[in-house]
Amino acid sequence: MSRLILSRRRVMGAATASVAGLMLDGCNRLSQAPRFQDAIGKATDLTQTSQRLLLGGQPLAKEFSTSQLSPVFRANGSVMPASAAYQSLMEGGFADWRLAVEGLVRQPLWLSLDQLKAMPARTQITRHDCVEGWSAIGGWTGVQLARVLALAGPLPQARYVVFRCADDLGGTGDASGLYYESIDFFDAVHPQTILAYAMNGQPLTVAHGAPLRLRVERQLGYKQAKYVMRIQLVDRLDQIGGGKGGFWEDRGYAWYAGI
Amino acid sequence: MVRLTHWINVLVLTLLLMSGLQIFNAHPRLYWGSYGADFDHAWLEATAHDTPAGPRGGLRIGDLSFDTTGVIGVSPGPNGPLARGFPTWATLPSWQDLATGRRWHFFLAWILVTNGLIYLVAGVLNGHFRRDLAPTRRELSPRNLLASVVDHIRLRHPTGEAAKRYNVLQKLAYVGVVFVLIPGMVITGLAMSPGFDAFAPWLTTVLGGRPSARSIHFIFANLIVLFVIVHVVEVFLAGVFNEIGSMITGRYALPREHGQ
Repeated sequence: MSRLILSRRRVMGAATASVAGLMLDGCNRLSQAPRFQDAIGKATDLTQTSQRLLLGGQPLAKEFSTSQLSPVFRANGSVMPASAAYQSLMEGGFADWRLAVEGLVRQPLWLSLDQLKAMPARTQITRHDCVEGWSAIGGWTGVQLARVLALAGPLPQARYVVFRCADDLGGTGDASGLYYESIDFFDAVHPQTILAYAMNGQPLTVAHGAPLRLRVERQLGYKQAKYVMRIQLVDRLDQIGGGKGGFWEDRGYAWYAGI
Repeated sequence: MVRLTHWINVLVLTLLLMSGLQIFNAHPRLYWGSYGADFDHAWLEATAHDTPAGPRGGLRIGDLSFDTTGVIGVSPGPNGPLARGFPTWATLPSWQDLATGRRWHFFLAWILVTNGLIYLVAGVLNGHFRRDLAPTRRELSPRNLLASVVDHIRLRHPTGEAAKRYNVLQKLAYVGVVFVLIPGMVITGLAMSPGFDAFAPWLTTVLGGRPSARSIHFIFANLIVLFVIVHVVEVFLAGVFNEIGSMITGRYALPREHGQ
């Protein structure tokens, strides 16, 4: 009798272990199936729809005081774009740098840093939330993206704003590795969506994206494109880069980074 | 309905835990306050460093450091030891892949919330909470609580009619999980979302900041794991086939009285 119970326990234990092993193996296989990835990724659409409902009144992300700044703000991703073109701009103090605004606009723009600084500025101290889980609080000064877009005059069919960057984070040495990001007009016209040229009261450093980086508060760190060279208005994202709307999006991360 | 939601929960919470550990591994450090990154003080961290005897993994909690080589900090990989927070067998997917871990986690979170709401509505409507979960005032008396603690320590389980009802510690544990820990997981999860934070910044503030919310999320997950361990051990002690049978079918054979 006791042997029977023992073997019954053993069978239970072995069964539990093999069910767990099978389940883990099955989940790993599912994780590699693109169709399954797409299917569970649909939950992000639900998250986006829900959050957009909640954020319909375009509330501001929480702003902090200077006493709450992170003592050291971690510089992440690229910290020094290697291209000769960027290096030469940097050596010239970005005097020759121009921001191109093009695509589905009535009036393409070609703006210098001084022109951007001459526009009304917004300063905000916000929390930067990395997808990895860390957070840092920094102060950003720049021009609202909505003002720049208004100058260019978006055409009615424009749906997305794409930011083309100078850093080759993919390390491929060609355009395929260049960082890029995109947002839609819901976030583009938000008052806290700015093109920042200063951080914590100082000109933006190279490590943090000089001469210009995007701040799109309410979304994660990978949306905050650094080294912005060109802004492109488009009606679809599938013909740009890997087709998912951004460098990290092309590598599996969600386009909507509100969570 | 309540029994069905339980078994869905078993699957969903297991996968949420494993994908959560995948996410934790992307930055295996926890902080208190409104900011927290590499240069700030972490109250908990998984560590990895090389020694002449090979790589060693550790877990530091406050000032206490533990050598956890093989499990936390450094653990076996397909091609030798890996520096990673939790080991491959504990994360979903097994290999380092934050993007896929997040997909799983947020997909499962919606199922957890949906399943949880069904459970709550069903529990109210069919009287499960009032009848089975709510402790009576008499049960909460210090004397009865103490007696229940002693019974648990001596591994003495009720027999006869009493075995049909939850005992008071069991009730308190279930109430804690159903109304504190699982809702707490959802709330601290939402507080980490920059989008939700813009909608309800007070929530993140009340929790002490996003890094604090992440810490509480981790602690609550650990408490749920602790609950599950005790829960499963108790099910085994109380007679695994009868208990699991009742957890699936709702029928429960009364244990014989002692001495019968």
